[in-house]
Amino acid sequence: MSVLIYAENTGGKFKKSVFEAVSYARAIADQNNTSLTAVSIGNVDAAELASLGKYGANKVLNVSGDKLKDFVNQAYASVIAEAAKKEGSAVVVLSNTFSGRGLAPRVGVKLDAGVADGAVALPVQDGGSFKIKKTAFSGKAFAIVDLTSAIKVIALVPNSYKVVETGGTAQVEDFSVETKASDFKAMIKEIVRSTDKVSLPDAEIVVSGGRGLKGPENWGMIEELAELLGAATACSKPVSDAGWRPHSEHVGQTGIAVSPNLYIAVGISGAIQHLAGVSSSKVIVVINKDPEAPFFKVADYGIVGDAFEVLPKLIAAVKEYKASA
Amino acid sequence: MKILVCVSNVPDTTTKITFTDNNTQFNTNGVQFILNPYDEIALARAIELTDGGKGTVTVINVGEANTEATIRKALAIGATDAVRINAKPHDAWYVAYQIAQYVKSNPFDLILTGRESIDYNGSKVAGMLGELLDLPSVSIIKKLDAADTEATVEREIEGGKEVLTIPYPFVAGTAEGVAEPKIPNMRGIMSARTKPLTVVEPVEVKTFSEIISYETPAPRGQVKLIPADDTAKLVELLHTEARVI
Repeated sequence: MSVLIYAENTGGKFKKSVFEAVSYARAIADQNNTSLTAVSIGNVDAAELASLGKYGANKVLNVSGDKLKDFVNQAYASVIAEAAKKEGSAVVVLSNTFSGRGLAPRVGVKLDAGVADGAVALPVQDGGSFKIKKTAFSGKAFAIVDLTSAIKVIALVPNSYKVVETGGTAQVEDFSVETKASDFKAMIKEIVRSTDKVSLPDAEIVVSGGRGLKGPENWGMIEELAELLGAATACSKPVSDAGWRPHSEHVGQTGIAVSPNLYIAVGISGAIQHLAGVSSSKVIVVINKDPEAPFFKVADYGIVGDAFEVLPKLIAAVKEYKASA
Repeated sequence: MKILVCVSNVPDTTTKITFTDNNTQFNTNGVQFILNPYDEIALARAIELTDGGKGTVTVINVGEANTEATIRKALAIGATDAVRINAKPHDAWYVAYQIAQYVKSNPFDLILTGRESIDYNGSKVAGMLGELLDLPSVSIIKKLDAADTEATVEREIEGGKEVLTIPYPFVAGTAEGVAEPKIPNMRGIMSARTKPLTVVEPVEVKTFSEIISYETPAPRGQVKLIPADDTAKLVELLHTEARVI
């Protein structure tokens, strides 16, 4: 057996979530005393591919060409499953990203494999069991799932496993898979990427605003703080429902679940549904004028105060800190 | 157009989650179950697409008899008819397999699911259905416009969006933005009682996963309050104590 990791690229580059997934997959390979192969699909240059060796990949299978330059769910799933078959992989690791969440179930069916998406920790292997801790009830709990199939597919939540540099090197091999025409029924018409914004699901810092901001015209403060910190911006459900911010920024039980190192909530009271989506953040800062806001019960640091007074001061303090750093 | 909407019966979003039997069972005591919020979005869009006699909307649920209140709610919102596959849903693979078997003998132009269920947060059923039925699938869509032979969907990608055209039939998981959930009116509630609800027995299927136990997140310590006029202190603590900036 071996372990296979799908290294998803964004515009030809690997993001931190890929290095986390490679590090995680390396640890599983070590648990089983086996090798780790990465498969990359799309046009990624040789140096970028070889960089996966630094995090423990022994080999990189490179699938390139115009047909597969952009993500096509069905075709990519076929490639990953074929790579797993070629390598005799018993464990396939993906990132629990938007694309990964579409791929994992299809790869699972192709390989007759149990799928644990939303994985947040290394598997515990004991006497034939393969137990994975995964998110459940939108962050209000975790479920421990035993994957009983011969092959297992795991989708790892970004920011839930640390990047570990092993300093190794990987051998890069070209790999090709015969794709079916039916794999390309879904046609990409347009890709719109806002390159200047930090992506919310894998952001290390998130600055989030709620109804306490009073209106979309006041979001400049949230954006300024986020930019200073290299953070993504987010919002609570009432804010996206009111159309102040796009749905893609809504964090919570019925929005995006995030697990950044730092979550700064401004003017959000902390309804149970919002807390569910942010509870796995490592550090939570809450700024709210209501000292009874439920968010303070789960916060690490809190400021009781009006967002309109506190935010400008916080922005100034961050600027000062950055100037002196 | 014939649309199938796959629905789950999940604990209400305000539920405080607890477990019994040494953290091996979800405690359903006092928990109200609802139609999964993302499935409500799928249902709302399906009803919009077939509005004015342009097609039918069938809802399907894999569940025991106690899920019928949720299925009736979907009918009250406006689904044409419903199917319940009479089984306790074991995992996503089990659910997808049962639905795929049904669809093989009852084809649809469009199959919608919610992007995920709010209990186990898997977003697997759409992709698994696509693979089992050899159809295209898009797991998380933000927009769905339907034309005669194909639909245009918008899917979220890291840091942006992607626009795709897909010929029918295909499977899609819907997220916020696709439609506003609909509230059933009195006429809908009355008619839901008499709309057809077919109960189908499950097929045998192997299982690939088992939930062994549950854990709740570790409790956080006491909040450290910082005076509103001392934001520099917060920045210092985030740097020196929490080490996150």
